[in-house]
Amino acid sequence: MADEPKEPQPPSVPTGEQPASKPSPVSTPAAKPADAGVPATPAKLAAPPAPPKPPVVLQTPLNNEIVARYRAKFGAAIVDAIEDRKQAILVVESGRLAEIALYTRDEEKFEMLSDLTAVDWPKREKRFDVVLNLYSFAKNERLRLKAQAAEGEEVPSVVGVWVAANWLEREAFDMFGIIFSGHPDLKRILLPDEWQGYPLRKDYDILQQDTAWVRENLGIESGQ
Amino acid sequence: MGPQHPSTHGVLRVKLKLDGERVIGSECVIGYLHRGVEKIAENRTYQQFAPYVDRMDYVAAVSNGLGYCEAIEKLLVAEAPPRARVIRTILTELQRIASHLLWLGTHALDIGALTPLFYCFREREEILKILEKYCGARLTTHAFRIGGLQYEAYDTFEKDVERFCKDFESRIVEYETLLTNNRIWIGRTKGVGILTAEDAIAYGVTGPVLRASGVKWDIRKAMPYAAYDQYKFEIPVGTTGDTYDRYLVRMEEMRQSRLICLQAIENIPPGPIMAKVGKVLKPPPGEVYHAIEAPKGELGYYVVSDGTVQPYRVRIRPPSFINLQAFDRMVRGHLVADVVAIIGTIDIVLGEVDR
Repeated sequence: MADEPKEPQPPSVPTGEQPASKPSPVSTPAAKPADAGVPATPAKLAAPPAPPKPPVVLQTPLNNEIVARYRAKFGAAIVDAIEDRKQAILVVESGRLAEIALYTRDEEKFEMLSDLTAVDWPKREKRFDVVLNLYSFAKNERLRLKAQAAEGEEVPSVVGVWVAANWLEREAFDMFGIIFSGHPDLKRILLPDEWQGYPLRKDYDILQQDTAWVRENLGIESGQ
Repeated sequence: MGPQHPSTHGVLRVKLKLDGERVIGSECVIGYLHRGVEKIAENRTYQQFAPYVDRMDYVAAVSNGLGYCEAIEKLLVAEAPPRARVIRTILTELQRIASHLLWLGTHALDIGALTPLFYCFREREEILKILEKYCGARLTTHAFRIGGLQYEAYDTFEKDVERFCKDFESRIVEYETLLTNNRIWIGRTKGVGILTAEDAIAYGVTGPVLRASGVKWDIRKAMPYAAYDQYKFEIPVGTTGDTYDRYLVRMEEMRQSRLICLQAIENIPPGPIMAKVGKVLKPPPGEVYHAIEAPKGELGYYVVSDGTVQPYRVRIRPPSFINLQAFDRMVRGHLVADVVAIIGTIDIVLGEVDR
């Protein structure tokens, strides 16, 4: 919320309107009671200039037992462990993804693959993030695994670990062109099989399309 | 089968491999409704994209909106005020009932029971009227805003909800009279499309389909959001994971949603309905995954911010898409006529599958 000016509130709001009880929404650390009703004005009066808040740190390195266990087991394959807005993220080496996934399911009890997707960062050396959102029924926790992959680099498929990954990997292939090695049937899922290009890549313009395909199959110049 | 078959609830094409009348393999062909919603998101501001999410699961637009708004609020490290959260809960639960009613009506129709459809639509109409009175729209509502609500609850809101809930109790009994002990209904649904709990988890199946397989898991309880932690409700579960169990689970869920609504209107806290999030939203860089229990299952939003006014990436985890993947598992060995029942029981909306 960089653009929200921290306006020093006009010290008295006696009109009985709501502003006094507004729960301060932005950038206070996550756990916030958001209590309404209690007039907050006296405190504000005491310190009128509202000292500039230190920038809130949302991403912190993660160092708990789980990470320690992963580090002990996989060493350098665990590239990074961070917490973003209280959500745990493990960045792993893409080549060992399937192996780490199996361990995550069987030993750490993250039985369900909620989601598998990708993010494109074209300026980076390894442009893709393959992102797995996992859920553990046993612990009622979520965990995010991330693996970086360069263009054309094969990422080991996790279909053998979670069957759910089948369509999700196909979608990631369809939208980003990421190849999952070991996938039983890697082909497009939402777009037509013959479509050229990968729409969710950042260098694919929003108006861009496979004009040849559209002309041939729909008989029109533009699919818009 | 499909893509224009009336029982596929949209444009789903299923390739079936048959041995006589038995299905020995299947493949779903989807994407007919693909609009590139995730790409659109990257080219809109956070607020501009909010109405688009209503067009995914268009029979439960309110739930889609709730998930999106809460995900962005998490990204902003903001929180909607208590009053907004309670009103959101009421509307979302009403929407869940409406979604289940649509499912019940069409599912029964697919199997050959024509009557429930008319009853279901009669009650659904009441809910849509409440939504319309609240925000002016019936289907693609855009009822919520990032940070809270735009509209205050209208004057007779509580009364309308209460009247609906009071009436609705006997309505569910009416549906059950038609179906629950109906021999044809039981014959068409019992033992059809069985999904075991292990399979359901492996396939990532969520929502009523997962619960009917005996897994007592509901995000409203497991990781409460909105105002769900304040209300008492049960999570109905099935035992065998067949089509009949899924029917029973959804019927019970409607009852529970009704109870949540009744508890919520008892005490809607006063106060503001909008948190102070500013007109221009620039969430600090980072990412968040937020999931809610939509009528069809876990609806997740994975949003990445690079600190600008447009999201860097919005990934939508649609429950229908992932539940549909288990279709092949459920349909094998059944008759062609059961395919229709199984598509119906998964409760898919193609707008959400294809995005």
